[in-house]
Formats: sequence, structure tokens, C-alpha cells
Amino acid sequence: MLENIQATVEAWPFLARGLWVTIQLTVLGSALALVLAIILGLMAGAPARALSVPGRIIIEFFRGTSLVVQLFFIFFVLPQFGIDLPGMVVGVLALGLNYGAYAAEVVRGSIASVPRGQWEATTALSMSPVHRMRRVIFPQAWALMIPSLASLMVHLLKGTAIVSVILLQDFTFHLDQLRRVTDTTWAYAVVGLVGYFVLALALTLVMNALEARAKHRLGRGPSLREILSPTPTAKDSLSTAGRGF
Amino acid sequence: MPTPTDPAATPIIEFRDVEKRFGDNVVLKNLDFHVNRGERVTLIGPSGSGKTTILRLVMTLEEATDGLILIDGDPLTHRIVDGRRVRLSNREIKRTRTRIGMVFQQFNLFPNMTVIQNITESPIHVLGQSKAEATRRARDLLHQVGLDDKADAHPSSLSGGQQQRVAIARALAMDPEILLLDEVTSALDPEIVGEVLGILRRIAETTDITMLIVTHEMQFARDVSDRVLMFDGGSIVEDADPDTMFTAPAHERTRKFLKAVLGEGQIGTR
Ligand SMILES: Nc1ncnc2c1ncn2[C@@H]1O[C@H](COP(=O)(O)OP(=O)(O)O)[C@@H](O)[C@H]1O
Ligand SMILES: [Mg+2]
Repeated sequence: MLENIQATVEAWPFLARGLWVTIQLTVLGSALALVLAIILGLMAGAPARALSVPGRIIIEFFRGTSLVVQLFFIFFVLPQFGIDLPGMVVGVLALGLNYGAYAAEVVRGSIASVPRGQWEATTALSMSPVHRMRRVIFPQAWALMIPSLASLMVHLLKGTAIVSVILLQDFTFHLDQLRRVTDTTWAYAVVGLVGYFVLALALTLVMNALEARAKHRLGRGPSLREILSPTPTAKDSLSTAGRGF
Repeated sequence: MPTPTDPAATPIIEFRDVEKRFGDNVVLKNLDFHVNRGERVTLIGPSGSGKTTILRLVMTLEEATDGLILIDGDPLTHRIVDGRRVRLSNREIKRTRTRIGMVFQQFNLFPNMTVIQNITESPIHVLGQSKAEATRRARDLLHQVGLDDKADAHPSSLSGGQQQRVAIARALAMDPEILLLDEVTSALDPEIVGEVLGILRRIAETTDITMLIVTHEMQFARDVSDRVLMFDGGSIVEDADPDTMFTAPAHERTRKFLKAVLGEGQIGTR
């Protein structure tokens, strides 16, 4: 046990570097996934078949081929056509495309579930399709899609481990190194578990905050400040003060 | 009340042999009627007789499956070219659509915007008004509907009656020539209905907006309407002025319907 802790402390600079790679992959991969999800989700949900059919095909293609296959393709096949990309770029691309395709379904579904009355009101007010989406529909769909996007992000975080197969030295890679000097259970079950759990927790907290903010903007639930404030709000303290008299 | 303009002038709404089908279900068939500029026309009739569908056709939320709808003589969604019925471009449809406004049974305020943003959004971004201009007008309309203090409130913090008043202000902010009202008090608590109807009466008295109204509030219909159309099964059973319609309807079907909604009591005895 003590040796394990000591070995972990000694390996910490490497683990930290691996953790940093994992964080970068997660953040950049999620950012790319989100952009692709919005573009593909809007395309797939568009009334014009010239948009919806290509949107659907791209989504199904990247959902239907596994992340590992996509990674290998980008890392080993593309260079043969003279396209040579650094490992981090390959990782971000593959994660972004794969999870972006899943998230596109979430985006499309959330947009479709904004109540019909909202769409009809925009028509009665003569809004253009772009105006309607940007100012009315998307802001409401956003609040609906955040929980599903959050769970996809946690999956993406775990998916980053797969990029170690193309030799990016991420957290899992360094866990594997640690395993050689400690024991397997320690490295994976303790350090690995705690490491990924803390990352996932941080992600979830950020996404919960985003969701609370989005809901507050729709007039549902307290503002982020009210949630985070450890002291009672002014209104509460007023009413408590009132009771004293 | 401003008098309706010369009936010989071009009607502001004209249905010509309109058919609306949903799949095999023919909801409106061979429908012909017109509304003159400035007229207030109320549609009555049993549930499912096609009243809402007519308003939705005028608002372009639905498109007729046959026939023509003309707004001030201009085709709304389709025109006849070389004997064939062809759809207009979206741009042409939008040009006519901006002349028409609608208030819905379920209010449909945008929950992601404040009250004032709900009202100014389209005047600014569709009509191209300046923010200051649109805001001034919105505050004036909020005053008219008795909600001066709610400009920065969120729709979710308002009662149903207040939300509907905002929805009325929002529709009026677009300066529509035609205002469509589909059972706008049906979702409200009974004690709130009166205040919303009061606002609509005032709009009817102080503006010359053409109104096409669907309502079960027969006293209101009698007071504000120039004409009442009785519908059944997608066609017009009777077309009469409100006094005739409510006191001496010509058709048995109308009598039965009015008896069902009014009970034995008459209206208009005031
Ligand atoms: N979107 C739709 N799809 C299928 N049928 C519809 C749709 N909208 C209305 N209908 C049908 O059209 C008929 C007339 O409905 P509606 O215009 O709402 O009547 P009213 O407003 O007079 O109660 C009903 O039989 C209804 O089921
Ligand atoms: Mg109806």
C-alpha cells in the first residue's frame, strides 16, 4: 500500500501530463462535436430534403462506424494519401466526428420537441426560418438538449482512452506505465477510477450549471447565482427579518 | 365603430372554392366567403366544423388543398397560372403574411424572452423598426392592455389572463390589417375572461382592423360582430348579422346549435 502510494507520487508528473492530454482531448473533442452536432442536427431536421438527406447520411455513417475504426482510418490510412496529422489532431477529429454524430441526433430531437405553438407563433409574427431558429427555437431546445449532451460528453471523456491506441500518451497510457511499478489493481482500480471520476464529476457540474442557466432563462428555476450563493438571498433574509417584529 | 368600407370594394379576405383535406378527411369543401375591410366577422359552429382550420389557412399555418384565398385581391399561397394552381414563392407568401396577425388559445409567448422582448422582437427584426421606436410602441400597447409594470417580467411569472394580454399586444405591435382570434379566452379561468374580452372590445372600438373571430362567448360575438357565420361540417350553414343570427336564425341547425350553447336563455336582452 505504502509503496503504491509512493510509486504514484513519483509517477505523478507523468500521470499529470497524461491527465492534461485527456483533458485537452475531452475539451477540444467536445467543442468540435458540439459544432458538428449543431450543423448536422439542423441539417437533418430541415424541411428541405437537399439538406436533410445528406445530414442523415453523415450522421448514420459516423454513428455506424466505430471510434476505433475511425481513429485507425485517420491515423494510418490518410497519411498514405499524403495527409499527415499530429496525434492530438487525429484524436480530436475522431472524437468530434463520432460523438458529434450522436449529439446531432440529440440536437435534432430537442429542436423537434419544442412545442408546435412556439413555431406557429413565429409564423404569425412573420419571422424568417433563420430568425425563428436563432431567437426562439434553439434557445428553448438548448435547455432540453443539455442533459443528453452532458452524458455524451462523459462518454467522450471515457472514449479518450481509446486514443492511446494510436499512441497519444494520455491518462490511460500513463496508468499503464504505473501498473508496471505498482500493481494492476492499484493503478487501474484506485488511481484510474479516481482520476476519471473526478474529471467526469467536473464535467457534470459544469453541464449542470449550464442547464440551470438555460432553464432560468426560460423562466424555470432559480438563477445560477441563487443556486451557488451559500447565504440566503436578499428576499429570504428580508422575510426572516420580518418575522422578528 | 368605424363603418366597414364600401362592400363593392375588393374584399380583404376572399375564399374561392376552397378545399382543405387532411389525408382522406375533407375538412372544408367548396368554401366561398369574403370579409370586407374593417369588418368583424365571427365564426360559430360545433367543435370540428372547421373554424380553426379557416383561421389557420389565413395565417398560412396550413395551405388549402384546392381553391384560392385572396388577401386584398392578392393570392395568399397559390395562384392560377394557365389554368393550373401553383404555389407562390416563400418570399411572396411572407409579404402577404406580414399583413396578418393571430392570437392563439394557448398564448404561445416565447419563454426565453421578457414581455417587452416578446413584443418588440418582430417589429425590430421583421419590420425593421428601430429598437427605441419598437420599445416606445410596445410600452404604449402594454399600457393599453393594462400591463405597464410587466415589461421586464418573464412570461412564466404571469397569469394566463396577463399572458393573453401580452399576446394581444404582441400581435398588434406588427400593425396587422387582419387580426385572427381563435378562442382566445377558452384557456382562461372564468373570472379572467371578462377582462380579456374588454380589451378586445376596446380594440374593436378604437381601431379599424379587420377581425376574424372564433369564440364561444356569444354575448361578445353579438356585441362586436358585423356579421356571424354559422359553420357545420366544413360549410357555411348561415351568414347573417348578429341580431338576426342570435334572435331569429333562419336555419334549424343554427337554432339547435345556439340552444345547445346558450341553454334556454336568450342573449342580447341586456
Ligand atoms: N393537423 C390536422 N391533421 C388532421 N386533421 C385535422 C388537423 N387539424 C384539424 N383537423 C380536423 O379538421 C376538422 C376541423 O377541425 P377544426 O378546424 O379544428 O374545427 P373547429 O375549430 O371548428 O373545432 C376536425 O375533424 C379535425 O380533426
Ligand atoms: Mg377550434
